[in-house]
Amino acid sequence: MIYAGMFYIATLLLVVGLVYKIFDYSRTPAPLKIPTTPAPTTQKGVVYRMAKEVVLFESLFKSNKWIWVFGWLFHFGLFLVLARHLRYFTEPVWFWVGIVQPFGKYASIMMVVGLAGLLARRFLVDRVRYISTPSDILMLVLLIAIGLSGMLMTFVVHTDIVALKAFFMGLMYLDVQPIPMDPILLVHLALVALLMVIFPISKLLHAPGIFFSPTRNQADNPREHRHVAAWAARLDQNN
Amino acid sequence: MAAAEFDIPELKDDIEIPKLREGAMAHAKTFIAPKPVQDFMGYPHELGEDWKERAIDKMGDLLGKYRSLKVFLDACVHCGACTDKCHYYLGTSDPKNMPVARQDLMRQVYRRYYTTAGKLFPKLVGAKDLTREILDDWYNYYHQCSECRRCSVFCPYGIDTAEITMAGREILNHVGMGQKYSNEILGKVQKIGNNLGLPGPALEDTLEGLEEDIEADTGVAVKMPLDVKGAEVLLVTPSADFFSEPHVESLIGYAKVFHAAGINWTLSSHASEAGNFGLFNGNYETMRKVAMRIRDAALELGVKRIVVGECGHAWRVAYSFWNTLTGIGYGGNDPFSIELQKQLDPTYPQPQHICELTNDLIKSGKIKVDPSLNDDLIVTYHDSCNVARASRMGTEPGGQFTIPRELIKSVVNNFHNMADDTIYESTFCCGGGGGLLTDDLMEVRVKGALPRATALNNVVKEHQVNFMATICAICKAQFTKVLPKYGFDMSMVGGVHQLVSKAIKLD
Repeated sequence: MIYAGMFYIATLLLVVGLVYKIFDYSRTPAPLKIPTTPAPTTQKGVVYRMAKEVVLFESLFKSNKWIWVFGWLFHFGLFLVLARHLRYFTEPVWFWVGIVQPFGKYASIMMVVGLAGLLARRFLVDRVRYISTPSDILMLVLLIAIGLSGMLMTFVVHTDIVALKAFFMGLMYLDVQPIPMDPILLVHLALVALLMVIFPISKLLHAPGIFFSPTRNQADNPREHRHVAAWAARLDQNN
Repeated sequence: MAAAEFDIPELKDDIEIPKLREGAMAHAKTFIAPKPVQDFMGYPHELGEDWKERAIDKMGDLLGKYRSLKVFLDACVHCGACTDKCHYYLGTSDPKNMPVARQDLMRQVYRRYYTTAGKLFPKLVGAKDLTREILDDWYNYYHQCSECRRCSVFCPYGIDTAEITMAGREILNHVGMGQKYSNEILGKVQKIGNNLGLPGPALEDTLEGLEEDIEADTGVAVKMPLDVKGAEVLLVTPSADFFSEPHVESLIGYAKVFHAAGINWTLSSHASEAGNFGLFNGNYETMRKVAMRIRDAALELGVKRIVVGECGHAWRVAYSFWNTLTGIGYGGNDPFSIELQKQLDPTYPQPQHICELTNDLIKSGKIKVDPSLNDDLIVTYHDSCNVARASRMGTEPGGQFTIPRELIKSVVNNFHNMADDTIYESTFCCGGGGGLLTDDLMEVRVKGALPRATALNNVVKEHQVNFMATICAICKAQFTKVLPKYGFDMSMVGGVHQLVSKAIKLD
C-alpha cells in the first residue's frame, strides 16, 4: 500500500528531523544575556511572556494588525482543525476531542481565510513582495490546498471516514488496512505527507524555534546571576 | 574626505512608510580598515584567495557558538512585520535596510551551505552561493544597521537583526574587510585606555581644567579625582565625556552629585572608557578584553562600587554582559568572580547606572535640587536604544524608562514625552549607533535620524520643547551633528546630568 508506506516515511522524517533540530538548538550555547527588554526578571515571568507570544502572538500584535489577524486566524483555526482530526487516531475518541468537533469543522474556514489573507499580502504589499521567495508562496498554496480539500470532504462530498479511521488506526498498530480510494482524500493526504516532510527543513521551524529564541526565553537578571557558556568559561581560567 | 552630496529628507507631520527604492543606498560604503589597524586586531586586511572558504567556515563556527544566530536564521517566515520598523529603511527607502532583507543577505548564504532545502532547491528557497557581490552587500548593509534592536521588539519570534549584523561584521573582519572607524577605536582603547586615544597625562590636565571651571562657575571646589586608591566608587564613563560638547556638561553633573552626596569617588586612567566597540563587531573575545580593563582597574583601586556614566551601548555591555565577561556583578561561584565580588559592597547593584545613583540620592533627600533653575527649558527625553531594549535600571522591568524620566522631572518643571510609538521599547535609534558614528557614513546617519527628528519636531511644534535630554554619548554626538540638518539648534541636545548639574545645590 503506497499511502501506508508514504505516511510511515513522512512521520519518520518529521520526527527524526524535528528531534535533531531541537537537539541541535538545545546544544548550541547562548553565551550572552540578550533578552529584548523590558523582560521578565524571573523564570516564571519568562513562561508567561512565552505563553503570550505562542498563544496570542503578542509581538506581532504590537507590530502589524493585518498580519496578526490573518496569522492568528490561520494558526488558531489550524489548531482546532488538528484537534478535530484526533478522532481518526483515538478509539474511543477522547472526551474533549468530541467537544471540539463542531468548532473544528468551521475553524477550517478561519484557517483558509487567514491563509488567503497572508497570500494576498505577498502580492499586494510591496515590502512583503520584495522579501517573498517562491517557497513562501508555495507553502501558503500548499496549506490552502490542504484546507480546501479537507473542507470539500467536510461540507460537499463526504468521504468514508469509517474506513479512513480504520486505515490510520491500522497504521498505528502496524496492521495495514486499505485506504478509501476517494480522489479528494488521496490528494488531501498526499499534501499532508508532503507538509510533514518539509516541516523540519523549512521555515516551519519557527514553531520549535520560538521556544529557543534567546531574546524571548531569557530572564532579565544579569546583575544577580552570572551567566557563562562553557566555551566562554574557559577564557576565565587564563586569567 | 567630504561625503558625497545627498538630499536631506523633508520633515513631515508623521513618520511615513516609504515605497521601496531598490539600490537607494548601495553606494554608502564605510571606509575599510587599513593594514596596521587589522594587524593589531589579528585580522587580515585584504581578501585572500580563500576568502570564500574562510567566510563559510567562520559562519559555521559562529553557528556553533551562538544559538541566537542559528535559531534566527532558521525561524524567519518572511511575514513582513519588521519591514517598516527600521529607522534606516524609513529614512532611505532602500529595501535592503528592511530588517528581514538585511538578515536575508546572510540567510540566503546560510541556506545554501548549511541547510538541506538550500542545498537541494536553492532557487525555491532563495538560497545563493556566496559571491563577491553578496560580500559587498554584507559590507554595505551590515554597516547601515545600528544594532538598535527595534526590529526584535516587533518580530513574533524575537529575531534580533543586531545578532545577524554582528555575525556579519565578524565574518567580514575574518576575510579582511574590517571597518576603519570601529577597528581603529578598538585599537585605541586597548593600547591607550579609551576610544579617543587620550593618554593619562592629558586626561589629568583635562580634569584639572574642569575643576577650575566648576570652581570659577559655582565657587565650590568640586573635585574630579583620578586613580585614587581606596575610593568607594569607580566611575566608568564614555571618554567623550572628558572633552566633547555637550558630553562634558554631564561629567560636571556627575562630579557635582558625588560632591553633594559626599561620596568618595574616582576615575581610572587605565579604564577611562565605558564604551565597548567589541559589541558592535560581535567578537566575544574582543569585547571581553576591552571590558577586562574595568575589572583590572576595580581590583587595582580597591573600589566598593562601580558606576557607569551616560552611554547607551556601554550600559548594555555593563548591565547585561560585564558579569558574564568579567565577573562584575553577583551570583558567580567560581574563583574568578569571587575575587571581585568579595571586594564589592553588596548593598548596591553592580554595576550601577549613574541615573539610578542620582535618582536614589534625590529621592532619599541626600542631595538637594531646585528644578526652577531649569525653567528656561522645556524638555523631552530620547530613550537610547541600547538602554531601552537591552538593559534595565532599578528592580522592575521598564525601570530604564521610568528612572531617567523620574530624575529629569525632579530637576526640571517642564517635561513632555514624544509620541508613544517613538519612545520606551519602540524608541528610534539616533541613527549613529553601532559603529556608524563616522563622517564617511554621514548620509546614512542623517537619513537614519529622520524618524526621531520627525517625533522631535512634533513636540517642538506642540509644546515648544527646546531641549532633548539623552543618556548616551553616541546619541549626543550624532544629534548635535545631524539635527541641524533638519533645522534644529545643536544646543538643544544634552545629557540628563547636564540638567542635574544646573539644578543641584552645592554647599
